[in-house]
Amino acid sequence: METPPLWAVLVLHALKGLVILVALLTAFAYMTWLERRLVSRFQVRIGPNRVGPFGLLQPAADGIKLFFKEDFMPAGADRVLYLLAPAISMITAFVAFSVVPFGPPDIKLFGVPLFQMANPNAGILFILAVSSIGVYGIILGGWASNSKYPLLGALRSSAQLISYELGVGLAIVSVILWAGTLELPKIVEQQTGTWFGFFPRWNIFILPVGPVAFLLLLLGATAEINRAPFDLPEAEHELTAGYQTEYGGMRFAAFYAAEYVNMITASALSVALFLGGWDGPFVEQVPLLGVLWFLVKVFAFVFFFIWVRATLPRVRYDQLMDLGWKLLLPLALLNLAVTSVMVLLWRELGGG
Amino acid sequence: MGIMGSPVVTTTVEQFERLINWARRNSVWPFQFGLACCAIEMMATAAARFDLARFGAEMMRASPRQSDLMIVAGRVSQKMAPVLRHLYDQMLEPKWVIAMGDCSSCGGVYNNYALVQGVDKIVPVDVYVAGCPPTPDGLLYGFLKLQEKIARERPFSRPKKELKPA
Repeated sequence: METPPLWAVLVLHALKGLVILVALLTAFAYMTWLERRLVSRFQVRIGPNRVGPFGLLQPAADGIKLFFKEDFMPAGADRVLYLLAPAISMITAFVAFSVVPFGPPDIKLFGVPLFQMANPNAGILFILAVSSIGVYGIILGGWASNSKYPLLGALRSSAQLISYELGVGLAIVSVILWAGTLELPKIVEQQTGTWFGFFPRWNIFILPVGPVAFLLLLLGATAEINRAPFDLPEAEHELTAGYQTEYGGMRFAAFYAAEYVNMITASALSVALFLGGWDGPFVEQVPLLGVLWFLVKVFAFVFFFIWVRATLPRVRYDQLMDLGWKLLLPLALLNLAVTSVMVLLWRELGGG
Repeated sequence: MGIMGSPVVTTTVEQFERLINWARRNSVWPFQFGLACCAIEMMATAAARFDLARFGAEMMRASPRQSDLMIVAGRVSQKMAPVLRHLYDQMLEPKWVIAMGDCSSCGGVYNNYALVQGVDKIVPVDVYVAGCPPTPDGLLYGFLKLQEKIARERPFSRPKKELKPA
């Protein structure tokens, strides 16, 4: 097979990026709708249903309204950073998704795998690094607003993100130890197939460390994406709206989009690391089915996050820090130690 | 007749204004604050039985920068008045005000020195809702009236609301 022309590859990459970007933006818009509808259901209400069928045009109305709000800058704000902060938040959120594989890498066009934007050989490190840069958006936004509530919210938020980054990182390290690679598609591929012919070989089922690591990642990810019950940075009782208090209109929408895209990325990462990514029934016969399985799993996660938000009250700040440092971190270290021993023994005993 | 007066331009602008009005009236995010007993009825309006969320208005924002509608739910004391005006000034255009209940509409039963006799002395009120306190369906009716009012606005030639300095 001859090598494809360079322009075709470049155009294909650009198109792929565009499609993923648009899909993520649409997903963000309709997640707000889904969240409002679902939370309404959980609270025995009906939810937005007047704008279009089932209220499906609600995100459009919200978007147009926010777009035509007054352009605003608080007095004494740091002009450059005030404008830059939402952009940093949003860009890092979208960039982090770029290494997530949402379909089998064998499906290629001109040698370009279609279901992953980019495949660096340290994909997991890339996600961790980029999501850490996302903290800058929050803390700069809080600082540049020249206001007390945003600053306090930003400090809280960054403290929370840095604390939980550790637990998440250690939970991921145990997966890396098990898989022996940092490449996300390879980690997913190792989870395809079955034990005893029927039981999926997903990482979550590696007893006893799999479920623990999964729970650690789930808790830590909930805190990292600022979702309830860990949504302290925007605790409206104490801090009005946290770091985004002084933001209105489209800049507020950018922060909001970052939050929701981060939710998608966290769900996709959990699915890829623990739930077998695109693995599912009949994927080997019909590889395209993998994308559907992946989307179904991610949707289940998103539903779970919304469910938790409608169910649990917000934790106090000291409880949050206690949970992070006194429970998650030691548990993650212990889990890591057990995983290392298991991996060593497995190799010694001649396992693959 | 210049290009601005041509029927093509005016029709396009009008359609555009209708789109903006549609978005604005279907996405009115109220400001999350209550002053007195009317606030309880306001909460009831947002809760299960009456469900303000149907009109896309359950997104009670805690920050004035993100909210479009100020529901003055309760009596406004002379001490509270500058705070209320400050919060109103912090909201971004376009913004609307509902005076909920008799106290904020005209002082109600509190005809005395301590209370502002009608919140329209400090902020421009779009809709007055009568009642002491108004029932949730009263507030919902007021909200629907506000939606009708927004639908009649001209976003590109919005007259500046007359505001006395605080």
